[in-house]
Amino acid sequence: MELNQLTAHVILGKLKAREVSLDAVYAALYARILKIEPQVKAYVRNNKEPVLPLESRPDSLLNGIPVTIKDNICTEGLNTECCSKILEGFRPPYDATVISKLKDSGAGIFPLKANMDEFAFGSSTENSYFGPTANPWSLKHVPGGSSGGSAAAVAADEAIWALGSDTGGSIRQPASFCGVVGLKPTYGRVSRFGLIAFASSLDQIGPITKDVQDAAILTGIIAGYDPKDSTSINQSVPDYTKSLTGEIKGLKIGIPKEYFVEGMDNEVKSIIEEAINKLKNLGAVTKPVSLPHTEYAVPVYYIIATAEASSNLARFDGVQYGYRAKSNNLIEMYKKTRAEGFGDEAKRRILLGTFALSHGYYDAYYLRALKVRTLIKQDFDRVFSDFDCIVTPTSPTAAFKIGEKTLDPLKMYLSDIYTISVNLAGIPAISIPCGFTKAGLPVGLQITAKAFNEEMLFRLAHTFEQNTEWHKLKPKL
Amino acid sequence: MNYETVIGLEVHLQLKTKTKAFCACAIDFGQAPNSGTCPVCLGFPGTLPVYNKAALNSAIKVALAFDCQIQKHTKFDRKNYFYPDLPKNYQISQYDLPLSRNGHLMIASQDAPKRIGITRIHLEEDAGKLIHEADASLVDFNRAGIPLLEIVSEPDLSSPQEAFDYLTGLKNILEYLDVSDCDMEKGSLRCDANISLRPQGVKELGVKTELKNMNSFKGIKDALTFEISRQTEMLQANQAMFQETRLWDADKGETVSMRSKEGAKDYRYFPDPDLTVFIIEEPMILAIKADLPELPEQKLRRFTQEYALSAYDAEILVNSKNDAKFAEDCIRKYPGSDKKAIVNWLIGPLLAEANYRKVKLHELNLDKDELIKLVGFVQRQEISFLSAKNVLTQMIASQKSAQTLIQEGNLLQVSDTGKLQEAIETVIGENEKSVNDFKAGKTNALMFLVGQVMKKSAGKANPKIVSDLISRRLS
Amino acid sequence: MAIDKETVKHIAHLARIELQPNELEKISGQLHDILGFIDKISSLDLEKVLPASHILPISNVLRDDQAHVSLTAEKALENAPSKKGNFFSVPKIIE
Repeated sequence: MELNQLTAHVILGKLKAREVSLDAVYAALYARILKIEPQVKAYVRNNKEPVLPLESRPDSLLNGIPVTIKDNICTEGLNTECCSKILEGFRPPYDATVISKLKDSGAGIFPLKANMDEFAFGSSTENSYFGPTANPWSLKHVPGGSSGGSAAAVAADEAIWALGSDTGGSIRQPASFCGVVGLKPTYGRVSRFGLIAFASSLDQIGPITKDVQDAAILTGIIAGYDPKDSTSINQSVPDYTKSLTGEIKGLKIGIPKEYFVEGMDNEVKSIIEEAINKLKNLGAVTKPVSLPHTEYAVPVYYIIATAEASSNLARFDGVQYGYRAKSNNLIEMYKKTRAEGFGDEAKRRILLGTFALSHGYYDAYYLRALKVRTLIKQDFDRVFSDFDCIVTPTSPTAAFKIGEKTLDPLKMYLSDIYTISVNLAGIPAISIPCGFTKAGLPVGLQITAKAFNEEMLFRLAHTFEQNTEWHKLKPKL
Repeated sequence: MNYETVIGLEVHLQLKTKTKAFCACAIDFGQAPNSGTCPVCLGFPGTLPVYNKAALNSAIKVALAFDCQIQKHTKFDRKNYFYPDLPKNYQISQYDLPLSRNGHLMIASQDAPKRIGITRIHLEEDAGKLIHEADASLVDFNRAGIPLLEIVSEPDLSSPQEAFDYLTGLKNILEYLDVSDCDMEKGSLRCDANISLRPQGVKELGVKTELKNMNSFKGIKDALTFEISRQTEMLQANQAMFQETRLWDADKGETVSMRSKEGAKDYRYFPDPDLTVFIIEEPMILAIKADLPELPEQKLRRFTQEYALSAYDAEILVNSKNDAKFAEDCIRKYPGSDKKAIVNWLIGPLLAEANYRKVKLHELNLDKDELIKLVGFVQRQEISFLSAKNVLTQMIASQKSAQTLIQEGNLLQVSDTGKLQEAIETVIGENEKSVNDFKAGKTNALMFLVGQVMKKSAGKANPKIVSDLISRRLS
Repeated sequence: MAIDKETVKHIAHLARIELQPNELEKISGQLHDILGFIDKISSLDLEKVLPASHILPISNVLRDDQAHVSLTAEKALENAPSKKGNFFSVPKIIE
């Protein structure tokens, strides 16, 4: 295997044993990028970014291993544009906290940023100002979104590992579509300082990796209290690698009946059922449970998330940074800049969110949505008082074709149905590969646990992974 | 038709914490533009707010000083609107759960002290500064993010004078708390007014006019006065009144309509998801309460009780925190329990000196111990009151001691009756007509005779004693 | 609920986004469909439910009143589309 095809933990071993050099790792990555990027397009602004110095840091935890960063995480000295025209040229004068933490651990920040749906608005990476990323398993299919670039890069070995962000499934769904591991940590577990906000009460940064061990390592590094983030929890971070025990005997798993209904692809259904059987064979106990407010999750999400987004994106107005349209006066500048700088999906969401907060509609929409959110959280609390975790499909289907859902925004929104409730409840969830459709597209299994119980996720996911072969398969690119 | 005036005032106060409300930028006026900012107060993408503990403490102090009820669960909300001095195009403020409500401030009114209600005091952040040029506007974000308190009064004020008194009373208390510079000229205290007129006796409020752009307490009083006459004229001419915002033009002495095309603003308030809820528990409130300095009203009561001052006199002293301290230091140093003498000096000659020099009492260049000594000379009748006043002026100007100045001016009075008798006898001998006039009941004659004795003694005789002696001698 | 073009125009103004006539048409239709779907939540009985405006059980997050080093004006203005000296510059404001 080439160096770029290995997991981070294996490369780390080789680096520490002086079997390979950091230069060789980068060389392998760049060679792979040169070869397949024209087809995959996982990265953006290739050739326009400055080349960052290679720091070897042999005595550090991560020994200089590069991490690929999604384009909505601020990196000092490296453009961070959320793949939107309105932020073109923005070079942050500061690092996101997760970036500082990575640097402190000795990681390298990969100089190319990963493609994404503009401002994380999307489930396919088709809303990027730079054009869509292709799924490495099938170039005519989407990689998922909004962290499609990160997931595709990891799946295609154009990255060793990556960071994405997840507001309604944007790490887990692309991980599922690309056959890799993706974790959304508990809300408050990882600092949001430096993550360009979509929905402040839902966003979290998380790892996208080739196996669960890498996810455990990366999560351990980026997690932790940040005094610059008022919504960051002051709780110590456990050593997640200790959760990789390899056994799950007696664990109680809930299977929510509301998740196995109409609209679910039959192939996906049978693959998931097989995966659940595997878990049973490994010693877990499964039982049906009910999350009765599941059907309200998508509507609630699209009220709360767009309301918060409409306010978070108000700052993009051409005054201090980014794109500014030609205009004769201030109001014209605002209106033209935002009309020309935002893509269609961004405009749709901003308008929807503005509407939900507007005078006369606040009670009927925003306030009601906040109440239903309470009910959704309570559904999970009830189940977790009896069960160790919940297992579901990550997505009702495998990857769809590029262009298939772009004409119908509502159809696109509904594909988030299994991931969204997790963000609303603020709990952690992981997606791991668990099979392939006949067309050769990956299917992901989602495991959810109660708040701050990432250890449960790593334990179950790792055990499943080590007893299957899915994580070893690579696309034929 | 007689109309009555209804006024409410909205004050924005900059807190003088070391750093801004939501980031750790130092607050430092006079910096070059945009050199006191950071990604947070600039509202750069990805940044998050964390509230300043000292600002919260100051805010609670202010709320307690005005007797407000502190909201146990309070939170921040986003007030969304677009303007170039607003980095995020929303202001972090408070909407439905403000820090405190239902306070009050007493002002002196014609008959009795009047209670002016304070609707709410809440937390928010300041915006940047805009400079308008011909073809562009320039923005400086140094001011953006400075912690503000918004203090909203009930519409309980009935006249421009009451509004003025409310503001001076407010400022006095805020100075006592030492939470803000309260300087309208520098912008650390800003005030907008709401005014409406209604026919006397009617309960419903009239159409409200908002007044902005006043830069001093006097300006507010003048603007309100102008508005009353403008609106009265309109009402009497049966002209339709509509809700509007008007700007005060101090140079022209008139208000001008802002004529904004926008209808009622929709700020789309919602709880700020980047900040937590704040739970203000009793122990915290009690601790801050215990730490409050003595406020004007308490000091007033104490001065009248402890030092037997009249309410009138006490109020003059209490009117400024530093003046009150200066006065109290003098009073405490003054020997004996009867403080009337030193108080009279503070309220009389010292205040006159301060006013003349256009400074505050405590800013006088005067050594308190020397002042006490000077008063002692007068009390012992060693110099006349008139002489002492002149000495005071010289003490402030020259920094020389009372003793030195008295000696230099040769001001020691002669109170020795023995010595005075001689002069008196001489004067009586020389002024037979006046003596007869006095005996005939003309009191002026006595004054004349005393004057003659003063002349003979080159002004050093103690006039009171001379007067007594002559009266007795001639009766 | 039905959302008509006038409302969308008003919302677009609040959000400071200029919509071309054909865009207005298209977006109004899309928003109408989305809102129709969202209206699902109007059927729930939410009287006794508290709104979850904050999902984390934390409160009173504050920081000490200690100063940090601010950005230089140069850094603050580095990304500015238009500047004059140490100021950000914007087109004239017409009331």
